[in-house]
Amino acid sequence: MKFLCVVYEEPNNGLGPQTEKEADDLVNEHLDYDETLRQSGHWLIAQALQPVETATTVRMRNGKISITDGPFAETKEVLGGFVLIEAKDMEEAVQVAAGIPSARMGFIHVRRVYEFEKK
Amino acid sequence: MGNGTGISNGLTLKMSEDASEKLRETIDEIYRLESRRVLATLIRLLGDFDLAEEALHEAFTTALEQWGREGLPKNPRTWLVSVGRFKAIDNIRRRARFDSSLAQIANELGPNTENPFETEDEDIEDERLRLIFTCCHPALSPDAQIALTLRTVCGFTTEEIAHAFLTPPPTIAQRIVRAKAKIRDARIPYEVPSHADLPDRLDSVLHVIYLVFNEGYSASFGASLTRHDLSSEAIRLGKLLVELLAEPEAIGLLALMLLQESRRAARVSPTGELILLNEQDRSLWDRAQITEGLRLIQQALASRRFGPYTIQAAIAAVHARAATADGTDWNQIVALYDILIQADPSPIIELNRAVAVAMRDGPEAGLVIIEAILARGDLNDYHFIHSAHADLCRRLGKTAEARASYERALLLTQQKSEREFLERRLRELYNNAS
Repeated sequence: MKFLCVVYEEPNNGLGPQTEKEADDLVNEHLDYDETLRQSGHWLIAQALQPVETATTVRMRNGKISITDGPFAETKEVLGGFVLIEAKDMEEAVQVAAGIPSARMGFIHVRRVYEFEKK
Repeated sequence: MGNGTGISNGLTLKMSEDASEKLRETIDEIYRLESRRVLATLIRLLGDFDLAEEALHEAFTTALEQWGREGLPKNPRTWLVSVGRFKAIDNIRRRARFDSSLAQIANELGPNTENPFETEDEDIEDERLRLIFTCCHPALSPDAQIALTLRTVCGFTTEEIAHAFLTPPPTIAQRIVRAKAKIRDARIPYEVPSHADLPDRLDSVLHVIYLVFNEGYSASFGASLTRHDLSSEAIRLGKLLVELLAEPEAIGLLALMLLQESRRAARVSPTGELILLNEQDRSLWDRAQITEGLRLIQQALASRRFGPYTIQAAIAAVHARAATADGTDWNQIVALYDILIQADPSPIIELNRAVAVAMRDGPEAGLVIIEAILARGDLNDYHFIHSAHADLCRRLGKTAEARASYERALLLTQQKSEREFLERRLRELYNNAS
């Protein structure tokens, strides 16, 4: 079954990379972990997001599109990316999530994916 | 100039100083007239606001050196675009020695991009429009839209914007940096929106222009009621927009700003106190601005696609046409407010309508409407509703209520001339009572 590992960052908790070198290392570590998951058969898709400052909020109200800036980085936790995995149960999904490098700096929400069938 | 007779070294030197002084003046003038259009084109060609600003600066520096030796090019604007672009590509190439991804960017920008010398004038006009729509993109916060528009479209310095908005320069600088980063990283397109999106996106542009105008017209905080620079800049921007895109609401907004601006000299007494419309010396109103405003309203109304700005301008026009306050056609003003409420429902417009009703039917009729708005709790923190309420109570002889409302209004505004006006009214009430 599928699980979504939603990656949150806490930019102000001081646990993130401090130097450019550390940031580069972190990117490499992420790419390596993707490769590990591919080989173990867990990996479906993973993406990291541009900083929250680039986010735009879209709403449809009364047939009209409304576009606003934000949400903003002032919130303590920001969505940083996601990893969609195949795992046999929540236990296994949590093990996979714990290995995502971001788990050491922010946190990961693990959510099981609905698998709807059209009725 | 430069006739080479060389009467004396001193004279030659003097002449070349004159020449360079003259060249500097010419270049200053070209900067004033053309720099925004050159910048708009460079942003499109280079795909980056910061690179384009840097390129603009270098192009003018080069002009200062080269035009002195070789004379003015036939078309200074296209020369500046071309030189700016080559300088930018040069800079990217130089930096690319340390970063291979930049080398690719430099190559993409290089020989294959279109030659700016072939760009037609109309296209360049379009580019300023592109710049306006991008700076006012709704995905940027309103604060950022204003700062970026003043910086790039109007050419204000960060310090000038900070001064105009009574905000520390680093705050403005940060807003601009963030806005540029968002445009770049979130891939906000540098373009005039498609026909389907145009009305909504135009709203956002008009809103920014009107905010700038209002900030100048009635400074919300501090000593100066009229910060003329911002208002005239907003009008200039409004004219540019109408020139580039003759949409009825853009025309309506320009008319509205001109008609409001026409009253500037009459709005504040020599001692800096606010003078209400009905008490203004109408001979001080700027006739040229009124004439232009009235002409624009006709144009906007004739389109039959007008909206709230045009209707507000039409209301301002009724005032502008009245030779005296007593001669104001309040019937027409109330009727226009009725249309405006349909087009753009808001409690502030209801309040303005109530004031017009009071003028037409007497204070009691206006008071009923204002008290209904207050009862809904919509505008309880808005100082104008309390001062309007106070004014009607005063005219009805309800002194205690008038006093309470003036005091409430006083708590809600920091603007010096507004405060002085309210304090004067309060003093009058106390004096009459004793």
